[in-house]
Order: sequence, then C-alpha cells, then structure tokens
Amino acid sequence: MISEALQEDILVQALVERFGDAIESGTVQNEQTILYVSAGSIVAVCEYLRGEHMFNRASSVTALDWYPQEPRFEVVYLVHSLKEKQRIRLKVRVSGENPTVDSVTGVWPGANWYEREVFDLFGVKFTNHPDLRRIMMPEEWEGHPLRKDFPIHGHKYDYGEGN
Amino acid sequence: MAISTITARGTNMSETITPGATLEPVASQDGGTTRKMTLNMGPQHPSTHGVLRVLLELDGETVVKAQPEIGYLHTGIEKQCETKTYQQAITLTDRVDYLANLSNNLCYCLAVEKLLGIEAPPRAVWTRVLLTELTRINSHLVWLGTHALDLGAMSMFFYATRDREEVLKIFEMFSGQRLMTSYFRIGGLALDHPRGGLAAVKKFLEFFPPKIDEYETLLDNNPIWKNRTIGVGVMPVEQMLAMGLTGPMIRAAGIPWDARKDEPYSGYQNFEFDVPTRTENDVYARYRVRMEEMRQSVRIMTQALEGMPEGAYQADAPKVVLPQREKMKTQMEALIYHFKIVTEGVHVPPGEVYQVIESPRGELGYYIVSDGTSKPFRVHMRTPSFGNIQGLGPMCEGGLIADTIAAMGSMDFVLGDTDR
Repeated sequence: MISEALQEDILVQALVERFGDAIESGTVQNEQTILYVSAGSIVAVCEYLRGEHMFNRASSVTALDWYPQEPRFEVVYLVHSLKEKQRIRLKVRVSGENPTVDSVTGVWPGANWYEREVFDLFGVKFTNHPDLRRIMMPEEWEGHPLRKDFPIHGHKYDYGEGN
Repeated sequence: MAISTITARGTNMSETITPGATLEPVASQDGGTTRKMTLNMGPQHPSTHGVLRVLLELDGETVVKAQPEIGYLHTGIEKQCETKTYQQAITLTDRVDYLANLSNNLCYCLAVEKLLGIEAPPRAVWTRVLLTELTRINSHLVWLGTHALDLGAMSMFFYATRDREEVLKIFEMFSGQRLMTSYFRIGGLALDHPRGGLAAVKKFLEFFPPKIDEYETLLDNNPIWKNRTIGVGVMPVEQMLAMGLTGPMIRAAGIPWDARKDEPYSGYQNFEFDVPTRTENDVYARYRVRMEEMRQSVRIMTQALEGMPEGAYQADAPKVVLPQREKMKTQMEALIYHFKIVTEGVHVPPGEVYQVIESPRGELGYYIVSDGTSKPFRVHMRTPSFGNIQGLGPMCEGGLIADTIAAMGSMDFVLGDTDR
C-alpha cells in the first residue's frame, strides 16, 4: 500500500511500474521516503536504482529487531543519490527463524562491512556475501548483541580460556 | 559507469589473509623465485592512532593486498543507547567520535528534535554552528599534527597541539569539559554562554588564521612532505563513492559534496562559505582540502559570532526541556514537568528519522527509531570513519608499505568512531 504522499512521486511510480507487488508499501516520515520491498527483489531493486536513477552509494545498511513480533527483523538500506541529492530508505522484512537476505555487495561494494555488521550484531545472514565474518565481536563469540533478547550485561562473566 | 570500474581494484576482497601462511612463489628480478609474505600491522601500532589491525600481503616492499580488521574498540554504544533515556544517551554520543564530540551531539539532537517536532531557538542554533565549526578546527588540528608526525614532520605536531589547546579552553568555558562536552541538548543548549565566552572565541578567531599560514610554511613546499604525499593513495573516485568514503576524501577527488550545502541543517543555509575541492585525489590534495576547510570554518564562525542572536537558548517545550531553576521554585507546573522529565524521560512519538550532518570526517548520520517510549528503540550511527576505513584496502594496493601509513593518515579516521 503506497501512501497518498507518495502517489505523485516519480521515483516511486517508476519502481511500482517496474516491480509491481515487490514494492509492498511506502510511507513518508519526516519528509523521508520509506519503501518496503519483498525480500526476493531487494537486489533487483537496488540494481535498478543504481543503474537507472543514479543512486550511486549505499550510505549504510542496518537492521531493526521487533522481537517478539514476527517477521522479526527489518533490514534497512539507506540509499543515497549524490547527483539528485536524494535519499530513500528501503526495508526488507525478514523472519526470525533462519533470517536470510540476498547481499547487495554486488551493487554497492561499500555494503560489505555494513552487512557484516548486521550479521555480527543481529545474526541476519546475507547470501552471496563475499566475506561474511563477524566484524565487531570476537570470532568465537556466541549470540548477537543488538538483538532485543540479548542481555545488556551478564551474558558471560568469564571471558578467559575454558569458560 | 560499468561495474568493472568499481571492482577494478580490491576484487579479491573475499579472500582472507592468514598471517604466517606460505604463499605462492613469485619470480624475482634476478631470475630466481621468491615468496610473497604477510605482515601483521597493529592492532598496537603508532600510526593507526587507536587499535586498528591491518593485514598486509607483500611482494618485496609492495603491498599486494591490504585488509583492515576492526572491532578492537567496540563498546556497544548502540546497544547502550537503547537502555538510556533520550536525554541520557547524549553523553554516549560524545564518546563515539571523541575528536568531534559536538558534531555527534548535534546530529543526535537534531534527529530527536525532528522526531519530537520541536526546533531549537535562534541563539541555540547559531551557537551550535559556532561550536561545531570550532570542533572541525579541533579535529583537523589533531589530524594535521599526527599525520605530519607519521610522515616525519615532528615539529608540526607540537604546533598543532599548542593551538588545539586554545580550542579546548573554549570548550571548557562553554561546557565545563574539554573533550566530552555534551553541551547540546534536545531543544537547545545545556547552559547559556558563559561570561566572556564569546570574547574568547573572538580572540581565537584573530589568533588562529595566521597560524594556518604558519603551518603551511612548514609543509606546503617541504620536499620531504611533498615526496611522501603527492601521487600517493590515489583511488578511482567512483570506486570511492561506491565503497562508502565521504567528506574531505571525496572533496579532494573533485566532488563538491558537503551536507552543509546539499542538505542544510541547523541554519547552515544562512552562512556564506565555500566548499574547497581538489582534483588530484592524493594524500597531498586531502591535506590541502582540510587546510582550506579550517579557513572556511573561521569564516563561518566569524559570521556566527557577528550575528549571534539574543534571547532564549532552549526551546519553549516544557515537556522536553528542563525548566529554569527559578520557575521550578515559583510554578507548580514547572516542578511537575521537571519531575516527569527526570524520572520518566521524554516520551518521543513513534516514528523514525535519518539525520545527516557533515562531521569533520564526512557523512555522519543518526538513524533513530522510536516506539513511543522514553528510550530509543534503535540508534544506528552511520559514522564516517567506518565508511572511510573500508576503502583502505583498495587504496593501499600496489603502493609501498610506507605509503600505507600516508594513506591511513590522510583518511583521518577515529577508531572509536569506527567501532562504536
């Protein structure tokens, strides 16, 4: 469902025309465009945005954890066009069980570390990612700290060997 | 632009360097064979200015591949923000980028103000501009001193630190703190200007511009400096953008992108200033851009000082801004609001916002999601250093080990900003 404020938006119109139901919904908040995209189409949408609409960089990729709701995660893409001075936010809903999304590193190589961060801190896996390793936490760390069910402290008291 | 230009360098990003691994032989110049080697630089290395680990794969002295590893300063600030009220979280934003603390305060406050639908009064807005530009000078001075120190110009470090001291004194006058200022609050400032505060800024503005000239006499035509910086750390500009590099890095590559001009915030549209750019895209060009930015900051500060409005320094929003002490003693409502703000915090309507500002290092963005309670549901910090370091690998490939130091210095990253 595209909100009224976006009915006249040329970019959103073009996206809906091209991808149809893959653009699930769209709203405007604080003068910023937010589009929900179906998980299967995110790479195609990003490629289209970069190729046809000059969105030449992904500012950031991050995630939200709506625990205990389902679908639990939202992966958020903050996309920016330098030429048009335009920013939009793409969101993909991901289930809490084995959360997986396609990686957009092929579109914007800069998404590499941001997706690694989401993988590390939220546990969302990115398929076709060239280097999906933890980036902030130690490699042997268990759990994903930015999940809402991860405690703020008291996770482990012994960080040494043999814990 | 074809994808091939983006991935022209750094194509083998997926392969991880294993320290100490036996690598394939390569032909040496005298006809025999030799092996490539891996070198572990950091995490404790003086030129990383923090704890950054770079794995280098070397062929002789040439860098075949460089792979930065971060996370050594990860303190979970984003997670901590979710456990604090909106007011309390301001103190955490200082600690993200400890050289550009006020820029982080500003970005956070602007984002929360947008969610709340309030605006800071003119006096607060102009003071914010004045002090964030001072922050830019502060940050650039630290960069200049340490970057020059890395490349062998030791005296530069002493000059830069000496003059940075004057900036820190001003921060201390305004906020009571030299580094972790937390001076900007949601809806305005923590305190009004201190007595003599603006006079101190005025004095600094007279004192500082000749110092920039002085630094340039030390470096501009210094043959060692030029040899170490000119033509070093070059990278295709489209690749830089796609890899997430921002700020002076991009402007030294000829793209006049500055959030202060392109997406004006906090009244920057009222100020006259130029966005310095260069086209060489090497370490020297980045040095020139940052020197010119300091001059532009002085120009903005002069305007902010001359036009500093009188009046309130906090927004008239009793449910958000703590009441004045005098009002609390005389008005029942003020006392109630004070009690509510301190015990419960500020309830922010549900919604989300992404606020971008131009920090000394580039695009600084706060993505804040509110679920209607007094604590943020999610605070994501899009920090410039994180994006910039990501480009370190492709930037260093094909250069010498010594050029890695120059390229790293020219990025001006802060590891606290990277790891959060």
